[in-house]
Amino acid sequence: MRENVVIRTVCRLFVPFIQLFALYVIVHGASGPGGGFQGGVIFATSFILLLIAFGLPCVRGRFGRSWIRAYAACGIIIFAGVGLTCILFSGNFLEYAAIETALGIPHLQTLMIDIVEAGIGITVMAVMTSIILDFVGKEEEEPL
Amino acid sequence: MIWIINFALLLFMIICALAAITVRDLLHATVILAAYSLVMSVLWAGLNAVDVAFTEATVGAGITTVLFIAAIARIRRCSED
Repeated sequence: MRENVVIRTVCRLFVPFIQLFALYVIVHGASGPGGGFQGGVIFATSFILLLIAFGLPCVRGRFGRSWIRAYAACGIIIFAGVGLTCILFSGNFLEYAAIETALGIPHLQTLMIDIVEAGIGITVMAVMTSIILDFVGKEEEEPL
Repeated sequence: MIWIINFALLLFMIICALAAITVRDLLHATVILAAYSLVMSVLWAGLNAVDVAFTEATVGAGITTVLFIAAIARIRRCSED
């Protein structure tokens, strides 16, 4: 299957559109259906398509273990950072209205929701990809 | 008209669920389970639960299928009894 030029070309064409749709779902999460979790899972699906068409070494080369770990940590830091910033402005955890009233910037709340959704999406994408790549990989590979 | 479509989808879902637990080959069961998830997500969307439908379609039909297939690749495909 790896040698089939139709599968490879179609997968290569489809991956950017899947990733664009994932980003749309993440950004659209505040105002409609979708959100960080669903968008992150859709983003991870694009890596599964790459895995099916091009094999594990290609995906590992494009999205290595250290990058996966860095992305997973980054998303959590974004999520917790926004939440703790709200506490800093004497609100509850993830109470965006506290920042909005303290700084006096209108519509900051929607921006904060989008940032939190992006953090969730990054973490879910990295962890889902990590689970699947570790599941598919052989035991001979270096652990962790 | 919508009533007929809903009834057909529910019937197909029940048939899929029964087939997934009765079939011998684990790979066949996984594919049938993916079809079940897809029908389930359409039904969730019909019930105006679009968020749940989204999650069902991505996680149920996408991620778990790949995880099951990756697990089947490491074990025997058919039960012996």
